[in-house]
Amino acid sequence: MLKFIIPLVLFAILAIFLAVGLNLNPHDIPSPFINKPAPVFSAPKLTAPTEKLSTGDLRGQVWLFNVWASWCLSCRAEHPVLNELAKQQAVTIIGLNYKDEADAATKWLDTLGNPYNVSIMDSDGRIGIDWGVYGVPETFVVDKKGVIRLKFTGPVTPEAVQQTLLPLIKQLQAEQS
Amino acid sequence: MKILLFFLLLLSPVANAVDTYQFNNPEKQAAYDSLVSELRCLVCQNQTIGDSNAELAADLRRQVYEMLQQDKSQADIQQFMTDRYGDFVLYNPPFKAKTGLLWLGPVVFLAVGLLAVFLFTRRKKTVLPADNVAENAEKLAVARRLLTDKDTENLS
Repeated sequence: MLKFIIPLVLFAILAIFLAVGLNLNPHDIPSPFINKPAPVFSAPKLTAPTEKLSTGDLRGQVWLFNVWASWCLSCRAEHPVLNELAKQQAVTIIGLNYKDEADAATKWLDTLGNPYNVSIMDSDGRIGIDWGVYGVPETFVVDKKGVIRLKFTGPVTPEAVQQTLLPLIKQLQAEQS
Repeated sequence: MKILLFFLLLLSPVANAVDTYQFNNPEKQAAYDSLVSELRCLVCQNQTIGDSNAELAADLRRQVYEMLQQDKSQADIQQFMTDRYGDFVLYNPPFKAKTGLLWLGPVVFLAVGLLAVFLFTRRKKTVLPADNVAENAEKLAVARRLLTDKDTENLS
């Protein structure tokens, strides 16, 4: 009897490991930034390059930091979701226009709609490196104290907005700054 | 045209190395070479940033170069990268609670394997003498007979 049970158990363990391995997303790397202060930036605004936006300006409010680019196909898929979220005015949405050209980026916002309160330019990708960006689109949730509370890699889905983002935003907005 | 395309093809591996940064200090060059071969490109995860042609890899190489030019040490640069991308960015991650399974897993598997081999071989040894001696002798006789029969068959 044991003769059959041992291989069966071993097989089951192996099968479980493989099943879990298959369902993991190798691009979903845990961010070391969760519950750490957001990296500081000061960068020109996309629509007004002479003006700058810095992390200090956003103190005291909950904000989303969405990394996007006009060359990024998944961003196009994500865009309507952000537009919808912006319509609800639940949270400040800051865009990081990552390794893009201002003309192409402006045109993209003109045609697809602009969900961002402000988009800043990161043409050489340095802010991206500081934030540990490796796969556009990425979305961070930053609380009133300027601490990163959540990171999304890949396009934000309507389900993620309903189930994760909105509840978290609500919770963070209730916190003291 | 075809010949031209062929030569373009030959050029492509060289193109990867175009941004290879030059150092006037051989120590920095060595640090650079070692760093780009041990930092993982997070876009194409099975390549180092030295191997990869991804834009992020190019940006990270530039970052490594600039930090070396600012006289940052190799450890500083590794710290800079892990602060931003986590231990995953290192091909040679440090030993700690989170990476324990990664480091100890192979040793554990080896130990389990050795134990299995040990138990298995020992059981065989103990099982054989316990067998019926007479039965074994009988089997041996049959085997011998078969062997000699075969030999004569082949000879004839």
